[in-house]
Amino acid sequence: MSINRRQALGLAAGAVAFAAAGLPGRPAWATPEETEKRIAEFTGGKTPETGRLTLTAPEIAENGNTVPISIEVESAMEGDDVVEQVMILAEGNPNPDVAIFNFSEASGIAAATTRMRLARTQNVIAVAKMKDGSTFIDKKEVKVTIGGCGG
Amino acid sequence: MATAALSAVAGPGLVGRWSQAAAQQALTEDTLLDFQAHGNVTLVHLTDIHAQLRPVYFREPSENIGVGAVAGLPPHVTGADFLKLYDIAPGSPHSYALTSEDFSALARTYGRMGGLDRIATIVKRIRAERGDNMLLLDGGDTWQGSYTALKTNGQDMVEAMNALAPDAMTGHWEFTYGAERVTEIIESLPFPFLGGNIYDAEWNEPAFEAYKMFERGGVNIAVLGQAFPYTPIANPRWMFPNWSFGIREEDIAANVAAARAAGADLVVLLSHNGFDVDRALASRVSGIDIILTGHTHDALPEPVKVGSTLLIASGSHGKFVTRLDLDVRDGALKGFRHRLIPVFSDVISADAEMDALVTRLRAPFEDELKRELATTETLLYRRGNFNGTFDDLICQALIDVREADIALSPGFRWGTSVLPGETITVEDLHNACAMTYPAAYRSTMSGETIHAILEDVADNLFNTDPYYQQGGDMVRVGGMAYTIDPGATMGNRITDMTLVKTGEAIEPGRDYIVAGWASVNEATEGPPIWQVVEDYLARNPVVRLEENRLVTLKS
Repeated sequence: MSINRRQALGLAAGAVAFAAAGLPGRPAWATPEETEKRIAEFTGGKTPETGRLTLTAPEIAENGNTVPISIEVESAMEGDDVVEQVMILAEGNPNPDVAIFNFSEASGIAAATTRMRLARTQNVIAVAKMKDGSTFIDKKEVKVTIGGCGG
Repeated sequence: MATAALSAVAGPGLVGRWSQAAAQQALTEDTLLDFQAHGNVTLVHLTDIHAQLRPVYFREPSENIGVGAVAGLPPHVTGADFLKLYDIAPGSPHSYALTSEDFSALARTYGRMGGLDRIATIVKRIRAERGDNMLLLDGGDTWQGSYTALKTNGQDMVEAMNALAPDAMTGHWEFTYGAERVTEIIESLPFPFLGGNIYDAEWNEPAFEAYKMFERGGVNIAVLGQAFPYTPIANPRWMFPNWSFGIREEDIAANVAAARAAGADLVVLLSHNGFDVDRALASRVSGIDIILTGHTHDALPEPVKVGSTLLIASGSHGKFVTRLDLDVRDGALKGFRHRLIPVFSDVISADAEMDALVTRLRAPFEDELKRELATTETLLYRRGNFNGTFDDLICQALIDVREADIALSPGFRWGTSVLPGETITVEDLHNACAMTYPAAYRSTMSGETIHAILEDVADNLFNTDPYYQQGGDMVRVGGMAYTIDPGATMGNRITDMTLVKTGEAIEPGRDYIVAGWASVNEATEGPPIWQVVEDYLARNPVVRLEENRLVTLKS
């Protein structure tokens, strides 16, 4: 158990740039086009491939205010095979930006865990950028539900 | 790996022949329990007993719609179609046990089913036959669902189950006794409470034992526990705020791999996911030999095979016990023999020790349990996708006693049946509503909010991706009619919402008085639901319900 805790803390302590979601005075939801634009800017216009990057998120959020997500990229993290950045987007929040994780060879592995706020049911998207310029994407729909009638 | 061998052993079609043979002769304990032992290890599965210590009437659903890829597949087959699919004669004991066909009449012929006293007879007989080569596994929803369980905080069930001596359990409604009580019970159990998908919400690390390895009959059996993934959403999260759940498929895969690496010859998932979730899981995670399913209360007389995984569905409320004999050799499942044993209480004798224990556990409450509240002329039951007569009664009571326009009753699948002409006792009423958050609220909701609630619940039930389904049934309504198209997308399923008393359309912007119960919100106010229904019955001592036509199904 203590090993898990240390791992979780170690992963969360990676270099992280957060963007605040749900900015006050911004009533409009992000659009899929806006999200597409962010991805294109991040990848330099490349269409990212699937595979290697795994985004883990709950199918249904227990609490939309703090949804745990994890990303992991299969990578040797040396030579040309190094993950440089992983961007997290929430397609249906007022502002799609959630986080950008920066990695280097010194990171050892390209993995991170964080929590995010989801305003409603939407796709969460992760995009990874490698040192060799290749890019990867993974996507998961997370439902934010009223709940309370099952069983 | 085991696919070729499994397909070589007899499977589908057997139950029909067995049930016909059973129907042609007088039902006896030996007919039900004689079992040509097979292989080297036996699994006995019980699930969703919902605290029923004594035999009950329980009507199976007449409607259980499957969506997407599973439409028309078991368990989404009911009534006459079910009988035809499994080659079961109408009017036979199996027909009574497994379907809603002619239920009231057949109930008088075949009597009550279940009871831990009868189940103890079955378990002891298998133990005597198989010795130590057996595992008894409890799929959960064991401690909640009766008056005595509520009054004792689940202690009656804990003591009775301890006497039955399961080897492991997992859970769902157990958590509604609150984290402190659940922890206290688990620390007292002489067997493990498994839940690989339960995490500490703060540290995001496993909070429960994920699996346990057993050695039985020379076979290393890994039993993985999977609690109901949506417990904090379907039930009040504030009662166990430090535990987080979820399907966590990647963890199941990792635990299967770990169990195999540790020498497991057989991997069993003791699951409270619900049948469709487990069916999807079996197609996505390899290496699980057996999934003992639960939560959705399906009773299937034959295993469902997905790839090389066998899915077992053992019903609910103690009506059935599954015996699964397995031939495991050279680290692989080579064959099986399965029986969903219907627990006919008039045929299977009560075990004397368990009978005495149950009598002792119920004794302090016996007078109150028997207290008569009313008589019903209509069969009272719960199961069905959109309504059941017990919830019709609860909704009527809510509208009447709480002076509401509209009533909402949650789509629970637990709750026993009361036959026409019988009295409704305190025990019967509590079998339909005994729980730890029973407040019958009265609040104002806009038409838009009511629509959003119905859409939300409908998507939990009819989402085409099983991983997004929470089980249970549609929230029951009183005072309001609507049309539902289960195959539509979220937000588009519910139309034509009408207030019954005026015949007018429900307006999104207008406010309505809504009464309901079992809110997952903390500090919900109102009298307990059983008090509301009891007050209503005191003034309406004869229950006669018209056929419920409030929900129109569009397909």
